[in-house]
Amino acid sequence: MYVAVKGGEQAIARSLELLAEARRGDTAVPELELAQIRQQLRLGVARVMQEGSLYDEELAALAIRQAAGDMLEAIFLLRAYRTTLPRFGYTRPLDTSAMRVRRRVSGTFKDIPGGQVLGPTYDYTQRLLDFDAAPVKPVTPADTPLPACMPRVLDLLDAEALIERSEPGGDPEPLDLTREPLSFPADRATRLQNLARGDEGFLLGMAYSTQRGYAENHPFAGEIRMGEVDVVICPDELGFPIEIGAITLTECQMINQFHGGNGTPPQFTRGYGLSMGEGERKAMSMALVDRALRCEELGEANHAPAQNQEFVLSHSDSVEASGFVQHLKLPHYVDFQAELSLLRTLAAQHAEDTEQPPRSIAGGVPA
Amino acid sequence: MTPHYNFAFLDEDTKRMLRRALLKAVAIPGYQVPFGSREMPLPYGWGTGGIQVTAALLGPDDVLKVIDQGADDTTNAVNIRRFFSRVAGVATTEHTADATLIQTRHRIPETSLREDQILVFQVPEPEPLRTLEAREAETRTLHALADYGLMHVKLYEDIAQYGHIATSYDYPVLVDGRFLTSPSPIPKFDNPKLDRSPALMLFGAGREKRLYAIPPYTRVESLAFDDHPFELQRWEQQCELCGSGESYLDEVVVDDRGTRMFVCSDTDYCHGRRAEAAA
Repeated sequence: MYVAVKGGEQAIARSLELLAEARRGDTAVPELELAQIRQQLRLGVARVMQEGSLYDEELAALAIRQAAGDMLEAIFLLRAYRTTLPRFGYTRPLDTSAMRVRRRVSGTFKDIPGGQVLGPTYDYTQRLLDFDAAPVKPVTPADTPLPACMPRVLDLLDAEALIERSEPGGDPEPLDLTREPLSFPADRATRLQNLARGDEGFLLGMAYSTQRGYAENHPFAGEIRMGEVDVVICPDELGFPIEIGAITLTECQMINQFHGGNGTPPQFTRGYGLSMGEGERKAMSMALVDRALRCEELGEANHAPAQNQEFVLSHSDSVEASGFVQHLKLPHYVDFQAELSLLRTLAAQHAEDTEQPPRSIAGGVPA
Repeated sequence: MTPHYNFAFLDEDTKRMLRRALLKAVAIPGYQVPFGSREMPLPYGWGTGGIQVTAALLGPDDVLKVIDQGADDTTNAVNIRRFFSRVAGVATTEHTADATLIQTRHRIPETSLREDQILVFQVPEPEPLRTLEAREAETRTLHALADYGLMHVKLYEDIAQYGHIATSYDYPVLVDGRFLTSPSPIPKFDNPKLDRSPALMLFGAGREKRLYAIPPYTRVESLAFDDHPFELQRWEQQCELCGSGESYLDEVVVDDRGTRMFVCSDTDYCHGRRAEAAA
């Protein structure tokens, strides 16, 4: 005798126990400390903070540990927690020209004021697995310390009017996508905000597509810089700006193909990317996609996926995408039953029309 | 009840934002109201819209029922009920008649609802035209113009190709003679329950950031043609547990020879009938 499936509550409780056990692994091995994750998995922490839209290394480390290293799950955890946090205020726009640079490279000029600074990069590691894991030697300070701040490469072109101004349409107050729904067409500030929260893998793929003929951007990496930037707020009750701390950022400014006409002189155009922590791949991808999404504003044909703002912005978010793809594992048997009945009706009719007996008896065999 | 979160998880300002959007939705039946959907601790596609609506409406005296596929004991229903017990500490029930607020996925209870009840639907895709027109900017224009030719053509093509309208769930409805609306993926069997329902029906799509409503006693028509009227699914079988010939039936495979049995999808309705028969 069939008994309706029961016990969801108990199954969930048991599943949580199994998950906790699997997450912890062999208890003879010490549990990861949050400080270890913060320090030694800092790039993972940066990605979780960036896509989680919350700059808090401690919470990101906690999320990574709780998610057993699944970055998308950690991002989800951080986002859900973020929902419950009150807003005390908004910061002043960050001034990345005053960044205390630790890395800065330009693909457009051999040398630039302040110099090319490799900083801590994986670029030249040769990717040989380091089996010996030699102890880290203390770094000797450079003979000449880096200047306190470096001019941005694109500002040099700007001075010569060879590149469009960074904000052709002024600098309107941005929409807060975590408080307001996205609507189309979305302005650039909104698009950038969406891209900033977007999944790195998705953006990387979209950016790559623009380099392979699906939206031709002709990009040059004008400048990529990484370092610390002060965060400034101006509370109403004080009436003057105060620094509340500094955060690590990676900024990428792409220089793209000329544009001109309609009375404006031919100029390079810009694509912009910004990421919390050391997030160069993300910032560069974002800059390429940002530029592709500007196609209509710049009078270019809109024909490629990366140029289609509804396509890009609606599908960039890993929390949305992951939830909806995985919701397919929820029960759908009511709808499936509806489809089954319909299909049986159609099949029976087809059999009647073609005078062929159906392969099985419609409706199944009652128990 | 966990002390680390506000009552029903969301802060009061967010609840107010949601209630305003819901009031607008009730004022314009069937219209999709964009709202500042929050990121919830459950995944998108798993009921985040319904959960936000429920969170905005719940008071300490409410009695909550959560169903998925008509059943109170499916894991997702259990999980959402558990969530609200944890963050709101409200009373929960499996009895449709005892609930003040019912959150549902994919079904409308068989037991008739009353004026003092609210039914909250979880909606994966609020836009009934989405599969016909992917661009949101375009579908909003079509709604503004009440231009639903696309959908009529789609239904006509079904008839031309299959001899029937080949939509069996999420069957499009016209609300109050104005807005083409997705009833959420309920089987079309449930569509007649939407028409002039005494209970307020609210729809939440968290991922798509839209809310909409069917206020009590609103006219809701399922699209059809004069010569191809709207038809309900029927079974030759009756529920094998309670004998009902009126309810929506799940088909269950009971052995490895493919033997099937049919049982009510609405578990509370089925239990109730069996208890009655036993008494």
